[in-house]
Amino acid sequence: MTTLHPGDVDLRCSVAGVELPNPLMTASGCAAAGRELHQFVDVSSLGAVVTKSVMEAPRSGRGTPRMAETPSGMLNSIGLQGPGIEGFLEHDLPWLRAVGARTVLSIAGVSVAEYAQLARRLRRVLGIVMVEVNISCPNVEDRGQVFACDPGAAAAVIGAVRAELRPEVRVLAKLSPDVTDVVAVARSVVAAGADGLTMINTMLGMAIDTDTMRPVLAGTTGGLSGPAIRPVAVRCVYQVRAALPQVPIVGVGGVRSGRDALELMLAGADAIQLGTVLFHDPNAPVRIADELRAELATRGVSKLADVVGHAHRLGVT
Amino acid sequence: MPVQVTAEVLSLARVGDYHHLTLAAAGVAEDARPGHFVGLAVGGLPGDGVTPWLSRRAFSIYRARPTGTATGTVEVVFAANGAGTRWLASRRPHDQVDVIGPLGRPFALPGEPVTCVLVGGGYGAAPLLTLAERLRGRGCPVHVAIGAATARRLFGALDARRSAVAVTVTTEDGSAGERGRVSDVLPDVLQRSGAEVIYACGPMGMLRAVAELATTSGVHCQVAVEEAMACGFGVCMTCVLPVVGSDGLTRMTRACVEGPVFRGDQVRWDAIGPRGAAVPRDCVGAPAVGPSAGGGH
Repeated sequence: MTTLHPGDVDLRCSVAGVELPNPLMTASGCAAAGRELHQFVDVSSLGAVVTKSVMEAPRSGRGTPRMAETPSGMLNSIGLQGPGIEGFLEHDLPWLRAVGARTVLSIAGVSVAEYAQLARRLRRVLGIVMVEVNISCPNVEDRGQVFACDPGAAAAVIGAVRAELRPEVRVLAKLSPDVTDVVAVARSVVAAGADGLTMINTMLGMAIDTDTMRPVLAGTTGGLSGPAIRPVAVRCVYQVRAALPQVPIVGVGGVRSGRDALELMLAGADAIQLGTVLFHDPNAPVRIADELRAELATRGVSKLADVVGHAHRLGVT
Repeated sequence: MPVQVTAEVLSLARVGDYHHLTLAAAGVAEDARPGHFVGLAVGGLPGDGVTPWLSRRAFSIYRARPTGTATGTVEVVFAANGAGTRWLASRRPHDQVDVIGPLGRPFALPGEPVTCVLVGGGYGAAPLLTLAERLRGRGCPVHVAIGAATARRLFGALDARRSAVAVTVTTEDGSAGERGRVSDVLPDVLQRSGAEVIYACGPMGMLRAVAELATTSGVHCQVAVEEAMACGFGVCMTCVLPVVGSDGLTRMTRACVEGPVFRGDQVRWDAIGPRGAAVPRDCVGAPAVGPSAGGGH
């Protein structure tokens, strides 16, 4: 194996037919709509900006505390605070387009109808390369059961969104790791029309303040993110890549270095999202791209695409 | 505009129960104003990939000096209450710390030379000392009221005497100054000084008492709030509190970018309790059914 110069490594990648200059995207909810991160990193240099999940109406989110730091991770319970789709289309999308960012719009809803309505509003909207569907929301029509935890409900949402969007707008289904069989959910949403999968959303966790002897978070439970959940992301990506080798995967979960990004790509991710690390290190996209180039160069790999799913190859020494 | 830089520890000193950290941080001091804060990564540099603590620690800037040394310096004062701040308190000169700053919106200074009262609680007094100098530079007579639980948690009482017409000190245990809370002596300070403006920084309970007193006294009041933050620059949405906007509507508002300085009469103190803030029913986008309705992270 020959060592290359990191500058000679080609980080270009493709997700469901969408060409990206590099595989590093922001994870939904970790970079708002790009503006604040742009103070540190030119967001047009990212593979893509994935927005915070947008819903039909403005949402206040939950009360505080909304965050609890945990070992190598954090719990959050924001409650999808946001301006609603009108506010997003009026204020945020024009900015993203003006700076030249590739925009992946994350949408969320509490019913199949809300997801469908959001998708319908995007029919005449330009400047969105992909829609990532956040299905880790409670379904008000099914006693708050989370869509992502039921293959049928997950597929109903993805099918409704796919039917409303223009065909060239790709649909990513963002899957939850909090399921018995992630492959079953993956198969179901792909059959319903998902062009790719984003794995993984946060895991449900909880922290209790031992001084007050009460839950730390105002929302009681919260989503666990950060390096603490990275092995779970690696496992989910690996399992789904093995079962559905042709389906594009965007890997996300605790990546904080080029080595971590490489690990998820070896498991089968075509691209990577950066989440909690952005809170800690807003310059991480630049640093991690450099580290990833260096990791590949020392392994003699000149094209990023060559390592995707490499861990599945038999007889590798 | 904030920058993210690797800073060098110049000194770390004990001040009573607190730690006074001086960092050489290129590009942070130049634009820093009283009320701005910095976010420090704890447990190691981000590129080392070793720290278990991924939230930044936010500290008000005590002093910022763009010149005087080769690199500008910023100083913060903090209490080592948790594992992350204990890590910070165990740094030595020449150690490196990742810094983002200056962050937030600073105190707005009056255009006229009006009399001001500065109210600080614990290490919350730190940003008020530079503010006092600035105000004095604008011809504003400054009165300072500083309070803490105990003498060891008083900060800046001596510093304050340099810029202030008068300094009033309180401790809850009576170990220094008057026994009681700083809000207890504030009516008297307001009356004696004839102040038209109050600036306050400290724990939420103190800020509430100060803001309510300002409202009943008809005095303009700005408070710098202390909220738990993960990022400090506006993306994580954890540091919100209910604040009334210029349109009269209440929104869950980020302390890191829309604050940390708010007008005292714009904060919805009625919704803020000792453990956190609730979403007022009239808040924009408030859940229709109850505080626990809705989901997603």
